[in-house]
Amino acid sequence: MTEKKYWKWKEIETHTSINDLPPVPLSLPNYGSLGETGDWRTFRPEIDKSKCNKCYICWMYCPEAVIEIDKDGYPNIDYVYCKGCMICAHECPKKAIEQVREKKEPEGE
Amino acid sequence: MTELRSELKESVRIISGNAACAWAARYARVQVISAYPITPQTTIVEKLSDFVENGELDAEYIRVESEHSVMACLIGASYNGVRTYSATSGQGLAYMHEMLHWAAGARLPIVMGIVDRGMAPPWNIWADHQDVLAARDTGWMIFFASNHQEIFDTTIQMYKICENPNVFLPAFVCLGGFIMSHTQQPVHMPDQSLVDEFLPEVPKNGWPHFFLDPDRPITHGNLQNPGGPNIDPSCWYYEYRYLIQKAHENAKQVIIDVAKEYQKKFGIFHGDLIEKYKCDDAEVALVSIGSLADQAKIAVDNMREEGYKVGAIKLRCYKPFPTEQFQELAKKIRVFPVMERSMAFGLIGGIVSIDLKAILYQHPKHPFVLPVIAGVGGRDVRVEDQIEVLKTAVEMAETNEFKTELIVSGLHE
Amino acid sequence: MVKLKELIKDPVAGEEYFLKGNSSCAGCGGELAFRWIMKALGKRTIVVAPASCFNVTIGLYPRAGPAIPYLNMAFAAGAATCSGIVAGLAARKKLDPSMEDITVLCFAGDGGTIDIGIQGLSGAAERGTDFIYICYDNEAYMNTGTQRSGGTPFGAWTTTTPTGKKEHKKNVPMIMAAHGIPYVATACAGYPLDLYQKVLKAKKIKGTKYIHVLAPCAPGWRFPTEQAIEVGRKAVQTGMWILYEIEDGKMTLSGPSKNLLDKKNRKPIEEYIKLQGRFRNISPEDVKVLQKWVDRQWEDLKIRLACQS
Ligand SMILES: Cc1ncc(C[n+]2csc(CCOP(=O)(O)OP(=O)(O)O)c2C)c(N)n1
Ligand code: SF4
Ligand code: SF4
Ligand SMILES: [Mg+2]
Repeated sequence: MTEKKYWKWKEIETHTSINDLPPVPLSLPNYGSLGETGDWRTFRPEIDKSKCNKCYICWMYCPEAVIEIDKDGYPNIDYVYCKGCMICAHECPKKAIEQVREKKEPEGE
Repeated sequence: MTELRSELKESVRIISGNAACAWAARYARVQVISAYPITPQTTIVEKLSDFVENGELDAEYIRVESEHSVMACLIGASYNGVRTYSATSGQGLAYMHEMLHWAAGARLPIVMGIVDRGMAPPWNIWADHQDVLAARDTGWMIFFASNHQEIFDTTIQMYKICENPNVFLPAFVCLGGFIMSHTQQPVHMPDQSLVDEFLPEVPKNGWPHFFLDPDRPITHGNLQNPGGPNIDPSCWYYEYRYLIQKAHENAKQVIIDVAKEYQKKFGIFHGDLIEKYKCDDAEVALVSIGSLADQAKIAVDNMREEGYKVGAIKLRCYKPFPTEQFQELAKKIRVFPVMERSMAFGLIGGIVSIDLKAILYQHPKHPFVLPVIAGVGGRDVRVEDQIEVLKTAVEMAETNEFKTELIVSGLHE
Repeated sequence: MVKLKELIKDPVAGEEYFLKGNSSCAGCGGELAFRWIMKALGKRTIVVAPASCFNVTIGLYPRAGPAIPYLNMAFAAGAATCSGIVAGLAARKKLDPSMEDITVLCFAGDGGTIDIGIQGLSGAAERGTDFIYICYDNEAYMNTGTQRSGGTPFGAWTTTTPTGKKEHKKNVPMIMAAHGIPYVATACAGYPLDLYQKVLKAKKIKGTKYIHVLAPCAPGWRFPTEQAIEVGRKAVQTGMWILYEIEDGKMTLSGPSKNLLDKKNRKPIEEYIKLQGRFRNISPEDVKVLQKWVDRQWEDLKIRLACQS
């Protein structure tokens, strides 16, 4: 057994042999534990800053925590991971978030 | 409190087998105990409550509401890298079965006393190995003590074996219900300071990998896909299961080393994975576990007086199975009668005999394994019964006629 | 009431502890609840999650969504494992005082709480284990594909109640209150700040704390994902789900539930159930049965509140 106390994510993922494995499987925190979940979207929420009053209700309700507040105080959506549930659009009191159909075709199939 | 505990001086105590378990846990300075009563184990955890409440053992003691929770508690505690202990019997062991897999899969060095007893129905609380052998493939190491001194010494040794980084497995130390748990024998106990020297120090920061530390957030037990070559390089479920097997293999040498080291330090040796008794020139060797193994020595002595070349083998460690030792013995010994308090229903024999066949019969010129069921549910097994089995085995060896029907010793017909 | 603008800048609440890109369904009420629970508890928390969606939503090995120590656990073993962790921490503290101030949280589903886990939970509460137990109640066994649980409401479709459940929901918060623990609360994912404040409060109390969070589940309850908050709100406004706290035995209604003691103020339950496909085939008679059950919950509360004052 190695003396290492902490495995970096990359290191675990690049285990190439059973001899490298720690005695128990460890999972380390990072974004995208399932991958880039933005792929799931059928609709994309788009924030119209001109309508936004910075109430941050969308930030509060986003289950995925993909809405961040930018330096100007506007909410910003991380489309790499936004799953497109549209809660933010539905809850926005100013109707500042629009529901736009994703253009990209689903890959494969 | 620490001063109080280190006052333990070398002494001989005449105590029950259960008390020997409790004293050993105290000597090992276990830090968390979780317990649920069940006959015939109960007096172990009662004794431990006394130790804790008298301030003689500085441990957290959790009185839970079921055996499932006993093991869950110890798992939670052990994830913090602390030394843990509990004890159970029969139904209790069966009830925590799910968590037994969990403890071994999580590679937590938990030590548990098992006072074995018959499985219900009908109710039975006497020595029987059906309970513990039903847990044979959970990944736990399984040790059987055959007298009170051995209960004490093995329990202490277990912590050293389980906490070895090449092992990291949980273990049972088994003793027979009533026949060992509630009888009294003298037990020699060393100075606490010697045990402290012998056992590894529990690291302040826990054992690496298992530690639950907010500064090193780790998630344990995440789903893993079947994976496979060229499918997903991060799927290692199969490999992690295999690592448990490897740990069992690694444990064999550790067990041998620890037994030797213990002998050096305390002058006591109970065997390593097995203990051989008069096997050097034997053609027949009676294999047994627990109290039957101690008694087998008397049967062998009686037979030897009559001129028979027989010996006895105590299976001290059942998991990992002493495969190599038996394969070595098989070079000379022709018949291995196995007398045991369990049944591999639907097969022929007790559970250990099936395993012994499995490892010996791989060789084309293997010796014969003679399965004998005896003493189920605590039924008395007399020395005469063992002698009778030995004689049957000797006859087989002499005539080369190997009967394959199951021998059920001591059954009322 | 806390201000969102302040929370965003708060060093603890402004952090995320359940990281984006995990495998929860889009719009998962449980995920939103967990996000806010963790904002209240912060980094020095150990989470135990007995079998549930939250043994899957956290991502695939070797990755993990939780940015805190997180233990997947056997279904019935959540509470007892926490008792063990608390004891283990106590033992470790003797050697390493820096192990102080760690909160132990059991985060379990309704199945893991109301059904298979209730024995362990009751035991841990009776022992007074110093931990927080939070049940996120999506009213069925969702991880195994929506089978009925003791938390499924009367009349709701599940895969094992194809013509609607014939029994009412088990009232576990009250069972927990009967244990005499110092803090019991109910919350709803549709009201994250109410949940946040309740968890903050629980964190400061010693002993066993129990919070039961209604967590709307779009795939299981059959509603469009964007409705998750709305469904949670309607559950509270119709009185189907009551928000309250019980502190040292004293009950107070919280949030919108405060004004609903008078039946006039409660919306008819139709407004809640019509949003969800799981109630699509409920008969008008069964709606009445369910409405009567809801009203009775409130009558019981009235008596309790009246006796207290
Ligand atoms: C002993 C045991 N029985 C059954 C299961 C299968 N199982 C896993 S999760 C689950 C349902 C969990 O339901 P709940 O606690 O409500 O959480 P949810 O998935 O709804 O979030 C079941 C039945 C199991 N893991 N262990
Ligand atoms: S669509 Fe859903 S996941 Fe995406 S930003 Fe809005 S609330 Fe968050
Ligand atoms: S099934 Fe329901 S509770 Fe489970 S992850 Fe999906 S939305 Fe959440
Ligand atoms: Mg559920």
